[in-house]
Amino acid sequence: MTQPAHYHKVVDCQYACPAHTNVPEYLRLIAQGKFSESYLLNRESNVFPGILGRTCDRPCEPACRRGRIDGTPVAICRLKRVAADLRDDISDRLPKAPTQKNGKRIALIGAGPSSLTVANDLMPLGYSITLFEKHSQAGGLMRFNIPAFRLPASVLDEETGYILDMGVDVRYNTSVDSMQALLAEGYDAVFVGSGAPKGKELDLPGRHEGNASEVIHIGIEWLGSVHFGHVTQTAPRVLIIGVGNTAMDCCRSARRLGATSVKVVARRSRPHFKASPWELEDAEEEQVEILENHAPKRFVYEQGKLVGMEFERLVWSETNGRQSSIVSDTIIIGCDTVILAIGQDNAFPWIEKDIGIAFGEHNLPVVDKLTHQSTRAEVFFGGDAAWGPQNIIWAVEHGHQAAVSIHNHCQGISPGERLPFMMNLTSVKSGMQAWAYSNDFNPKPRAKMSHEALVNRFAGIAIEVELGFTAEQTATEVERCLNCDIETHFTSKLCIECDACVDVCPVNCLTIAAPTDSESELRTRLSAPATNLTQDLYLSEPLPQTGRLMVKDEDLCVHCGLCAERCPTAAWDMRKFDLVVPYASQQCSSKVQRAL
Amino acid sequence: MTSIAKPQIRHPGLLKNALGLTKQDYEGAMSTLCAGCGHDSVTAALVQAFWELDCPPHRAAKMSGIGCSSKTTAYFMKNSHGFNSVHGRMPSVTSGANAANRELMYIGISGDGDSLSIGLGQLSHAIRRNVRMLYVLENNGVYGLTKGQFSAASDIGSTSKKGEANVQAPIDPCLLALTLGATFVARSFSGDKAQLVPIIKAGLAHNGFALIDVISPCVSFNDHEGSTKSYKYTREHEVELTSADYVPLRSAITLAEAAKNETDGPTTVRMHDGSLVRFRNTHAGYDPTNREEAWLHVRQCQKRSEVATGVLFIDESGQDMHAVADTVSTPLADLPYSALCPGAAALDTLMKDYR
Ligand SMILES: Cc1cc2nc3c(=O)[nH]c(=O)nc-3n(C[C@H](O)[C@H](O)[C@H](O)COP(=O)(O)OP(=O)(O)OC[C@H]3O[C@@H](n4cnc5c(N)ncnc54)[C@H](O)[C@@H]3O)c2cc1C
Ligand SMILES: Cc1ncc(C[n+]2csc(CCOP(=O)(O)OP(=O)(O)O)c2C)c(N)n1
Ligand code: SF4
Ligand code: SF4
Ligand code: SF4
Ligand SMILES: [Mg+2]
Repeated sequence: MTQPAHYHKVVDCQYACPAHTNVPEYLRLIAQGKFSESYLLNRESNVFPGILGRTCDRPCEPACRRGRIDGTPVAICRLKRVAADLRDDISDRLPKAPTQKNGKRIALIGAGPSSLTVANDLMPLGYSITLFEKHSQAGGLMRFNIPAFRLPASVLDEETGYILDMGVDVRYNTSVDSMQALLAEGYDAVFVGSGAPKGKELDLPGRHEGNASEVIHIGIEWLGSVHFGHVTQTAPRVLIIGVGNTAMDCCRSARRLGATSVKVVARRSRPHFKASPWELEDAEEEQVEILENHAPKRFVYEQGKLVGMEFERLVWSETNGRQSSIVSDTIIIGCDTVILAIGQDNAFPWIEKDIGIAFGEHNLPVVDKLTHQSTRAEVFFGGDAAWGPQNIIWAVEHGHQAAVSIHNHCQGISPGERLPFMMNLTSVKSGMQAWAYSNDFNPKPRAKMSHEALVNRFAGIAIEVELGFTAEQTATEVERCLNCDIETHFTSKLCIECDACVDVCPVNCLTIAAPTDSESELRTRLSAPATNLTQDLYLSEPLPQTGRLMVKDEDLCVHCGLCAERCPTAAWDMRKFDLVVPYASQQCSSKVQRAL
Repeated sequence: MTSIAKPQIRHPGLLKNALGLTKQDYEGAMSTLCAGCGHDSVTAALVQAFWELDCPPHRAAKMSGIGCSSKTTAYFMKNSHGFNSVHGRMPSVTSGANAANRELMYIGISGDGDSLSIGLGQLSHAIRRNVRMLYVLENNGVYGLTKGQFSAASDIGSTSKKGEANVQAPIDPCLLALTLGATFVARSFSGDKAQLVPIIKAGLAHNGFALIDVISPCVSFNDHEGSTKSYKYTREHEVELTSADYVPLRSAITLAEAAKNETDGPTTVRMHDGSLVRFRNTHAGYDPTNREEAWLHVRQCQKRSEVATGVLFIDESGQDMHAVADTVSTPLADLPYSALCPGAAALDTLMKDYR
């Protein structure tokens, strides 16, 4: 078994992270009190540990193996914040731009996380980068839409600063209004990281009646107005339509701006909500009411003044996997203000349609999934601008990949010619019954984030709600990490088929089984049936004595190392897996290799 | 990473048996034997068998002597009774315990040293008395605990780790037991749980002394080239004479089905509790109910350097120690004191009978 792909997939969190953040290693560094090292390791892949440690959508957590063991994943995201909060001054350990430039000029449009990541990866390689930003600050939606009670401005300033201070030529308050004109300036490459800036409309009867223009808002615009101080208060009764990220930030902002009754209204039932469970909990903690199965029908006015909205109440049912609904009745819910938070669209009015940049469905540009290249060779897209709204960590990953492509493009190499993922595997055996890692695999409850008291919270929009973990919480939570990157590694020719590993494995991962042609058949006759098809089986080479196979179901392995500990021949070993992710900087050395 | 404590964590899908217990409930302390020891696999097979049979742990007594093998009673059924006796005395101690309380299930675990050297006399008499117990002889051909000296089970020519060959003839516990009139004689291999688990179950159901000689390699002192008790040698020389299925007595088995079962294999033996041991024909003509033939067959295998495995002989018609001695069926501890110790007058009356 030498395929990096198998080992990579075992590290569930890292595999689920769009940017392949090395979670277990950064948690181990936290456990060792090496906060700066942990921060820097995070930064290699996700670039904004302080920001993401507070705001990430954390696809890693639902994937976390711990969740399959005792029901709750490791608090990966908030531990990232611990590293960020407790790090020393690391400015002298950050990558620097060389004084000698490489002669290539790149334009970035928009100062959101995707563009900033491109700058982060390319500045150290000697590129001259000009960044155009419509607004007066860097960060994109992270700055203008994510409220300060979730993400303090100081954190944004610091982490965007690390990149821009490498010498990016930033043009704030400069909107790019013509792509044609920009291209005419002769940049070697242009990266479009302008986001998905248009909030979706809800064209129902009454949308433009009476005082609608004052009291019906588009969510992301309204949040922007709150950020810039154009909106400083709300009427008492606020309805939020939609139940995604934006709705959650709108309802909680409204509570801080004086609303006393805030209701979030959703068409579907809770399991189908876009907002994450923890966001819903946070909103409910602030006495926001969440209504399921209500479809908006019309805006209700009295004497030209919005007084409520009418909804159809739906009953959903499922036939052949398809959801359908019937209307049970209608209801009018009173309100003074409505905020529409039902999604975002892309819009590129400033990209001329005849300059070789093709557009497909939904006003989205035609962009190569791997290289981020548009149909015009020197133009690349990433972040929400490429395929519609996603999240920060995806924007970062897009930035990394686009940087590789831009770098290739500028060196005259096809953007599709990319280095594969590679890995290092090193044994962690450090003596008799001693292994160079530590985890507590027995069931343990997840650390609970403490929050600012409700009474203090609403005193201002910028009072951060989450207080971070205490030292004690951090110490136990890092031990909950199973160290999935310390992987079982098998050497068939050493095995004497004594069964010791099979017998000792506390979660029945291992079986010595007769070979088969059918993996699905094999899955039924293991020590425990392997029912989680998203998790791979490991199959060894035929074993020396009987020709049977060592089979491991990776699903529930807690990386306790007992199989290796009880193996008399070290056929099982615990090895540290290190994923080597090729960034633009590595691509550089590959070019050198090619040249040699 | 911990290498000592037994993890609490278990597979979330662990099944429960009829008593509502999981396999974890039949486990014991973390083994302190060498990694890869065959004895640990035997332990795992025992755990599996007890769980499958819905054995109530508090109705079992684990008996052992001295040796690595004898230590293994600590590694299963932590909630059972037990007695760790001196070297070789386990059969006698178990005979006594069984005499006092026939209601417990007795599981004796021993080694080739414990049983065939110092304890040979004890073993012989337990067989002769037909003490109702499962007797698991974890046979690795050496004294493991004392660092690998040849035992009475070592074959001629089998070499020590340093290369010295054994020159003394071995005692084959199965041939011995057949000779002494044992009513259940089996041999298996720690590396073959598919075979071992049903044999253990059948042995536990047997109404009398059930011997299982389990080849259980010692990874540290007897698993090298030149050893005749290594994993590799055993796999290369194993000849399965019978393959047994244990069919427990469950209400789901109708009498008609049971009758059918009794005819569809070469041999099916009905155990005294109604469960069945059904043999599939793996060795043409072998009849596990014929003692003389069994002895001859096993002896011929031995001469060919083959390791005969399976249930080698079974006779469910034998009478156990209590039946022969016509003892009281109530455990002594449950007898009222007046019955247990009727006093000097009762003794005098008895003595008069013999005068
Ligand atoms: C309310 C809300 C809450 C969210 N919360 C989270 C969260 O908690 N976690 C998470 O991971 N994601 C969250 N997201 C999503 C996340 O913010 C975005 O996916 C991410 O910021 C997209 O990054 P980007 O690089 O594509 O650009 P954006 O962040 O969208 O930034 C684009 C930038 O381009 C500028 N720009 C646009 N057009 C031009 C132009 N023509 N010329 C010059 N500049 C231009 C804009 O001013 C902006 O600064 C949230 C989104 C919203 C709306
Ligand atoms: C009376 C007495 N004599 C000798 C010993 C030393 N001794 C301890 S274990 C053992 C042999 C054990 O061999 P075996 O029963 O085969 O067990 P194994 O360790 O091989 O499983 C001996 C001779 C002892 N403990 N007590
Ligand atoms: S590390 Fe080995 S013993 Fe532990 S859970 Fe994984 S496979 Fe089982
Ligand atoms: S413990 Fe080692 S030698 Fe024994 S079966 Fe497992 S891998 Fe093979
Ligand atoms: S010395 Fe041999 S018999 Fe004893 S525990 Fe080690 S491997 Fe098993
Ligand atoms: Mg021995």
